[in-house]
Amino acid sequence: MSIWEYANPVKFMRTSSAILPWVAAGAALCLGAGLVWGFLTPQDYKQGSTVKIMFLHVPAAMMAINIWVMMLAASLIWLIRRHHVSALAAKAAAPVGAVMTVIALLTGAIWGQPMWGTWWEWDPRLTAFLILFLFYLGYIALWSAVDNPDSAADLTGVLCLVGSVFAVLSRYAVNFWNQGLHQGASLSVKAGERVDPTYKYPLYLCMLGFFLLFVTLLLIRTRTEIRRRRTAALLAREVRG
Amino acid sequence: MTRLSVRDLAVARGGRRVAEGIGFDLDAGQALILRGPNGIGKTTLLRTVAGLQPPVQGTVTADPDAIAYAGHADGLKSALTVAENLAFWSQVFGGPGPGAALAALDLGRLSDRPAAMLSAGQKRRLGLARLLVTGRPVWVLDEPTVSLDTASVALFAAVIRAHLGGGGSALMATHIDLALPEARVLDLGPHRAGDGGPTGPGRTRAPAGFDEAFA
Amino acid sequence: MIALLMRDLRLATRAGGGFGLGLAFFLIVCTLVPFGVGPEGGTLARIAPGILWVGALLACLLSLDRIFALDWEDGSLDLLATAPLPLEGAVLVKAAAHWITTGLPLVLAAPVFGVLLHLPAAAQPWLLVSLGVGTPALSMLGAFGAAITVGLRRGGLLMSLLVLPLYVPTLIFGAEAVRRGAAGADGATPLVFLSGITLAVLATMPFAAAAALRVNLR
Repeated sequence: MSIWEYANPVKFMRTSSAILPWVAAGAALCLGAGLVWGFLTPQDYKQGSTVKIMFLHVPAAMMAINIWVMMLAASLIWLIRRHHVSALAAKAAAPVGAVMTVIALLTGAIWGQPMWGTWWEWDPRLTAFLILFLFYLGYIALWSAVDNPDSAADLTGVLCLVGSVFAVLSRYAVNFWNQGLHQGASLSVKAGERVDPTYKYPLYLCMLGFFLLFVTLLLIRTRTEIRRRRTAALLAREVRG
Repeated sequence: MTRLSVRDLAVARGGRRVAEGIGFDLDAGQALILRGPNGIGKTTLLRTVAGLQPPVQGTVTADPDAIAYAGHADGLKSALTVAENLAFWSQVFGGPGPGAALAALDLGRLSDRPAAMLSAGQKRRLGLARLLVTGRPVWVLDEPTVSLDTASVALFAAVIRAHLGGGGSALMATHIDLALPEARVLDLGPHRAGDGGPTGPGRTRAPAGFDEAFA
Repeated sequence: MIALLMRDLRLATRAGGGFGLGLAFFLIVCTLVPFGVGPEGGTLARIAPGILWVGALLACLLSLDRIFALDWEDGSLDLLATAPLPLEGAVLVKAAAHWITTGLPLVLAAPVFGVLLHLPAAAQPWLLVSLGVGTPALSMLGAFGAAITVGLRRGGLLMSLLVLPLYVPTLIFGAEAVRRGAAGADGATPLVFLSGITLAVLATMPFAAAAALRVNLR
């Protein structure tokens, strides 16, 4: 029993339909509980109630990056082992990642307005997210532009590899270009003092919720892609036969 | 001596298998003509043999630097003259100079004309002259006689015969009778790919693409 | 390889080759910007490094689709792929030809445009050097974008979307070097980063571009 068995679309469809309700329920539960808990947290002495947007902003930003990393891994699996489900999963993840990036940017603007007095600042992290968004757009556009699905998977895979390198490069290049306003990392192992435990636990819950939400959407979208390919294949057979 | 050996080859176009179970050998001095209805995969097969796309199944064995491919397009630059076009390809392939090729396809008069001024048939002849300057033994030709008139077809047949006589080989897809009695003919009709059959662990054929894995 | 380079250069300089279009576009950008922001020398001098770099970048982008699209249409790309020259080498040569016909004229003409935009004299050498170091990376990344989108309908627009984000690091370090030069500071640090990016791009991108071309030729 190897993990590669899930590269078989039939097997993937069967397994994903079995776990999908559980993941979806988990996402709803975690997000619901986390957001309500987050909303009930006391106000920050400096930031007031605006701090509560953190429970959307931080998980969305985290997922925006992690989804790209997931796409990179899926693209590598496709390029190396030629598993079609992997390529389709990367395709399915991209719009979710793009939306996460938009959520992070929008909530950031809403949070930034009262805090920094501006909706938008060419701060390195904001800029890096904007660039990441452009990479998502290019990736999605390339998928929709290429007719042959295997060629599209190959080309987007190569683009994802190159794009990853340049996304990281841009991240550090903009650092060089403009020192920012952003606070340091919201959560990290050694910097426990950055975020108070009052906020930390609901934040963890929200992150888990966002992650499960992503898995839910990913499974649904991948299943859709598989069905779409199946429809195309059946149509083609009809035309030929 | 076997120049090109194809075994149990299956080819796919657009992620779908079109022809399968193809096998043949091509020795020095031999020619093989592919026949078959449109869409059977002649072009796909030739591109696979030329190494431009990977086979779905089976093997193509040939020295990679032995094959000269000529497709539907001639690879000519209209801003360059006839001689410049040939000289470029001869340099890239490290083959003989353009002189003999120009003479063989009766292009000598046109050698300093820009390729843009040539008629379709003349362009085609120039595209075929390119094969001579590659200096490669195995020619893989896709509909080489398109837009050639009767006289030019005869000229081309003579070029092929000279190539075979000099120890070369040719694999072509063509519908025109080239008056090459020594050439064998392979009809691709019986090799049309069937439908995938049931999917599942019992499958032995490698799928051409996801579509077949699923349909 | 030399033969391919010479052919591409000859094609670019013959009629219809589009040689000089990039330069004309650069001139137009540098003419339009003062109309947009007003003629005060101080304002222009302050934004000149950025305008010059963005202008060079757009001028470069303009001619990218010619790198592979024409060879794709007339079948030359199929023939090149079966030639003894490795496809990676062909990509590198074609990017070099693009740079010689587009990037190099921009580099050489940039000081003139710098004067148009009141770029301080101290920044001129930095402009020349940073463009000279950075534009090869623009051509090579552009060749990658062109290789991905070759054979696509409306590939040009898509290519801009794919290529421009890749230009960000080059643009940042290139313009920063000029800006530091204009401020009378030492622009060597961004210049070193810029050279690093260019070298890395030249070393790796031919492989990515050739892989994309092989996919598109299938």
